[in-house]
Amino acid sequence: MWESVATGLAGLTSGVAYLFSEGLPNVVMMAVGSLLIYLGVRKGVEPLLLVPIGFGCFLVNIPLSDLMESGGLLRTLYQMGIANELFPLLIFVGIGAMTDFTPLLANPKILLLGAAGQTGIFLTLFLALALGFSELEAVSIGIIGACDGPTAIYVTSQYAPQLLGAVSVAAYSYMSLVPIIQPPIMRLFTTSRERTIRMQIARGKVSARTRLLFPLVATCITGLIAPKGLPLMGTIMLGNFMKECGAVARLVNASQNEIANVVTLFLGLAIGGTMEGHAFLKPQTLAIFGLGFVAICVDTAAGILLGKLFCFLSGGKINPLIGAAGISAYPMAARVVQIQGQRYDKKNYLLMHAMGANTGGQIGSVMAASVMLSVLKGMGLI
Amino acid sequence: MDKWTFGLTMLLVGTGGTFATLGILSLCIALLGRFFPSHLEAERPSNRNH
Repeated sequence: MWESVATGLAGLTSGVAYLFSEGLPNVVMMAVGSLLIYLGVRKGVEPLLLVPIGFGCFLVNIPLSDLMESGGLLRTLYQMGIANELFPLLIFVGIGAMTDFTPLLANPKILLLGAAGQTGIFLTLFLALALGFSELEAVSIGIIGACDGPTAIYVTSQYAPQLLGAVSVAAYSYMSLVPIIQPPIMRLFTTSRERTIRMQIARGKVSARTRLLFPLVATCITGLIAPKGLPLMGTIMLGNFMKECGAVARLVNASQNEIANVVTLFLGLAIGGTMEGHAFLKPQTLAIFGLGFVAICVDTAAGILLGKLFCFLSGGKINPLIGAAGISAYPMAARVVQIQGQRYDKKNYLLMHAMGANTGGQIGSVMAASVMLSVLKGMGLI
Repeated sequence: MDKWTFGLTMLLVGTGGTFATLGILSLCIALLGRFFPSHLEAERPSNRNH
């Protein structure tokens, strides 16, 4: 009888015993999970993602919980939508349905700013190789520079699933830190005269037919050039086509709300589930965060430098600050440009132009990932 | 293929490919704007029901 009671009590205390014996990494990660929850709840940093990620991280680090074992809740969510890339793609349908490409369509050349805003991806990939990461790991780390959470998750879950937690958290953290990271770089690379350039407002220059045909044309062209990225571009453009066609309001509404919300919850929990202490707490996690930071700085600098070139070629009609919005953090990067522009000239309204560059950055990030995957396929590495 | 060749290839082809694709897309958007200018739509009243 007493032996049986002792065995039962051992079952109740095994978690605590584990925590004190080999559970230090779990304790640290529970603190990290709590920090993510705090940042999301109290500081408003990407709460829709950081709260479920933080809670998933917290859950998976409670010892002996088996949530990430076969049949466990978090493992099931992971298999349901991350291992097969479904969740990021469903989120892309919602992003497409929420995005208005009109400012970009009114001034198509600023799409190139969205290409410059991806330069950090490829430079960081190079740096990651230098730090000893494998080719596919370097690709997944470089993609943090896309400043685009779903794209980073899509690529990493396929080619370096062991880095998924670190890459996802880095991507979403840096996206939310754009207002802190970008302004010093914007000031460094522009003169005070350039920052005060006022740009003409191009309103009402885009027809409904152009807006309707754009998603089809974009899908077709990018799919033909980089077919490996078609799921990414196809889903974002599907969402946008549904929005522009005006015939499926219920589907648009569902994509923007119910589907996006449910998938965001599942995605966040499943990512948190990959942050188990013993697997996550490694020097390479710190390296990934460092490289992600470099990627976003390089993206910003490259966008501004191309903006300066546009400024020169246009005879001073383009404010180079809008180049900083060529990353995918939408609409945060555009707002940063507007705020910085008004800091030097209170009557300068750069928001619409920056929005154009920012939506270009969204397309650019997806395109950069697509190109990268297609090049990898061409090389026979995937 | 060694790591550096891989990295350099990705840097050149990746950056170049992204710029080239978005450049082509940008041209196509400009063509769409030419074929379907907004002022023609403004002249033709829409009969779509929302």
